[in-house]
Amino acid sequence: MKFAKDNSPGHKKFQKLPPRLLLKGGAIVDPGLALHETADILIENGKIEAVGRIDAAGFDGEAADIAGKIVSPGWIDMHVHLREPGREDEETIESGSLAAANGGFTAVCCMPNTTPAIDSQEIIQYIKDRARDSLVNVFPIAAITKNREGKELAEILDLVEQGAVAISDDGNPLMSAEIMRRALEYSKMANIPVIGHEEESTMTANGHMNEGFVSTCLGIEGIPSVAEDIMIARDIMLAEYCGGRFHVAHIATRKGVELVRQAKARGIAVTAEATPHHFSLTDEAVRGYDTNAKMKPPLRSEDDVQAIIEGLQDGAIDAIATDHAPHSWEEKAQEFIYAPFGIVGLETALGLSLARLLHSKKMDLNSLIKKFTVNPCKILGLKAPVIQKGETANLTIFDLQAEWKFLEANSLSKSSNSPFLGWSFQGKPFAVINNNRFFISIL
Amino acid sequence: MEKEEIQLILDTARSFREILDRPIKRVPTLQGKTVVNLFYEPSTRTRISFELAEKRMSADIINFTPSTSSVKKGESLIDTVKNIEAMKIDMVVVRHSSPGAAHLLARVMDANILNAGDGGHEHPTQALLDMMTIREKFGRLDGLAIGLIGDISHSRVAMSNIFGLKAMGARVILCGPPTLIPREIERLGVEVSHHIDEVIPRADVLNILRLQLERQKSGLFPSLREYHNYFGITRERLEQASKPVLIMHPGPMNRGLEISSQVADSEHSVILEQVTNGIALRMAVLYLLAGGKSEIR
Repeated sequence: MKFAKDNSPGHKKFQKLPPRLLLKGGAIVDPGLALHETADILIENGKIEAVGRIDAAGFDGEAADIAGKIVSPGWIDMHVHLREPGREDEETIESGSLAAANGGFTAVCCMPNTTPAIDSQEIIQYIKDRARDSLVNVFPIAAITKNREGKELAEILDLVEQGAVAISDDGNPLMSAEIMRRALEYSKMANIPVIGHEEESTMTANGHMNEGFVSTCLGIEGIPSVAEDIMIARDIMLAEYCGGRFHVAHIATRKGVELVRQAKARGIAVTAEATPHHFSLTDEAVRGYDTNAKMKPPLRSEDDVQAIIEGLQDGAIDAIATDHAPHSWEEKAQEFIYAPFGIVGLETALGLSLARLLHSKKMDLNSLIKKFTVNPCKILGLKAPVIQKGETANLTIFDLQAEWKFLEANSLSKSSNSPFLGWSFQGKPFAVINNNRFFISIL
Repeated sequence: MEKEEIQLILDTARSFREILDRPIKRVPTLQGKTVVNLFYEPSTRTRISFELAEKRMSADIINFTPSTSSVKKGESLIDTVKNIEAMKIDMVVVRHSSPGAAHLLARVMDANILNAGDGGHEHPTQALLDMMTIREKFGRLDGLAIGLIGDISHSRVAMSNIFGLKAMGARVILCGPPTLIPREIERLGVEVSHHIDEVIPRADVLNILRLQLERQKSGLFPSLREYHNYFGITRERLEQASKPVLIMHPGPMNRGLEISSQVADSEHSVILEQVTNGIALRMAVLYLLAGGKSEIR
């Protein structure tokens, strides 16, 4: 098997790695090892055999020149909706994994708002079975409550034993403070984070976009930022009161970021993630009634965008996650107030992060890579991949300069509900390697 | 909409207004053109007004309401209008509960689209007929102070009036309880007040919006009684002003709630003239659209 792009028409697949592969001349950036140097990597049967200067003369395996490209430990997206089981027309574990690999990820965490919900050992096992033999590691996040109804705790210990790495009722806020308290307390036994979708739903029931000047102009009922802040504040106080680990999903407001920053300073076990769209777009994107600019939390103000970037810079926000939320064309091609919330994100995360954080000099490359690797792994209690002899070759290889356009034809997600279609980017995913497989991005 | 566009529409409407006083109220302007009135939301006066305007212009008319359509079978809006368009029609007048519905149609259709109200967003022909009526009385819009009274948050009439009046150089004062005023609306260059007695003496016109009774149920104000006591326009309130104020209402009125009967039927009320002007105004817009004018939102 050649380490080359699969140009055959039709269905894309992960390819087997050649038994011996020498990656020549990549710039290795491994924040876990504080490693930042140009070096060759020898991979044998999917494992890293050597890192350093390796002479290709006389090498009988396959050598690939990746000079000028960045090699980092494989990226993880800790917030993805794979829609399987239930909405396989929108995404499957397979198509979502291909989209992840295409976007530069070797692992994803899938949220439990499937049908049925991920609230039983059987569903976790089903997902693991479906993801077997994949390049992309799929880590299920289980529901906090049975059927995500917010009423009774799911069998959290069982779910974790079966492979859940966190719990969340994502998609729905957990409105009962009592249930949230008990979830935080009970989950301490499993040492997993409770991931909160932070939305005070009595304030957001009729809302379809951020409340502010733009919603006023468009005549669309608003989702106030304070409805998010209130819940973040509540859950931080609960975590302070009863312990447990609280993780804020898709943080989108300045106040929310400040609350997390203050809580961390007080030593409370709280972490947070932000999505690329929340640091790339404001509610101005909704003008024209583009349903691909409709998601939860909604796109907020320029001030909120700046606060998210500041939070990523100073560590108030630990991770970048996409909240990849595929929806069918039919559902998004409706009137604005009837269209569902959410956009796909796996294939634009790298391009947007480079544009908004690296190229604009808000963050250095090492800090940026942390947000996709060691930080989310730490939150989830996963061993972060490292580029070291003896380890599984779990690598994300990308380019900082190549210019490309995000086109539906090059996307491997089954859905294309993205506001970034047609956007141009500088720097793109090149290839991922994991589980003795590789995939060269077709973006 | 730009000032020049509004002016053109108002001038055209004035010339059509005269037709309505003729014994035979019909001109052949839109003969051979087909207009579809696509009303996804119940409406009496706007639909009748459009229908009459179309009839006065000799257009062929199709009325289409969701209850009698395939909407109940789950057909999407886009499919519905594409089917209608495939029947070779010329114009669609659309009323819909979703803000942006007319924009959506304009994106997917080649036919001319006329927005007859999209959710809480805009109701352009209502604002235009309001401006036509004001201009008729004062001879101008520039420099006048127009009070928009009531539920601004959910009012497409208010939004279209704000955009139009600002473009024409009028001063706009919004008045209602804070719970019915949308956030950051001041950025549109309007003044906001919560005290009606403070607004009346400064206004040349009061455009009194209909209060949807269900707003009370959703907790936006305590009772109809209290609303009437603090924001209802009554003769006593108006008598405090030194000069008469022109009274307008887009209808349908809740008499005794946002407006008292004495005020609604007073000599300063132009509420029924608004209705008449509405037909002339809609004739003008249909005429301009049919004449190949670009999209008028």
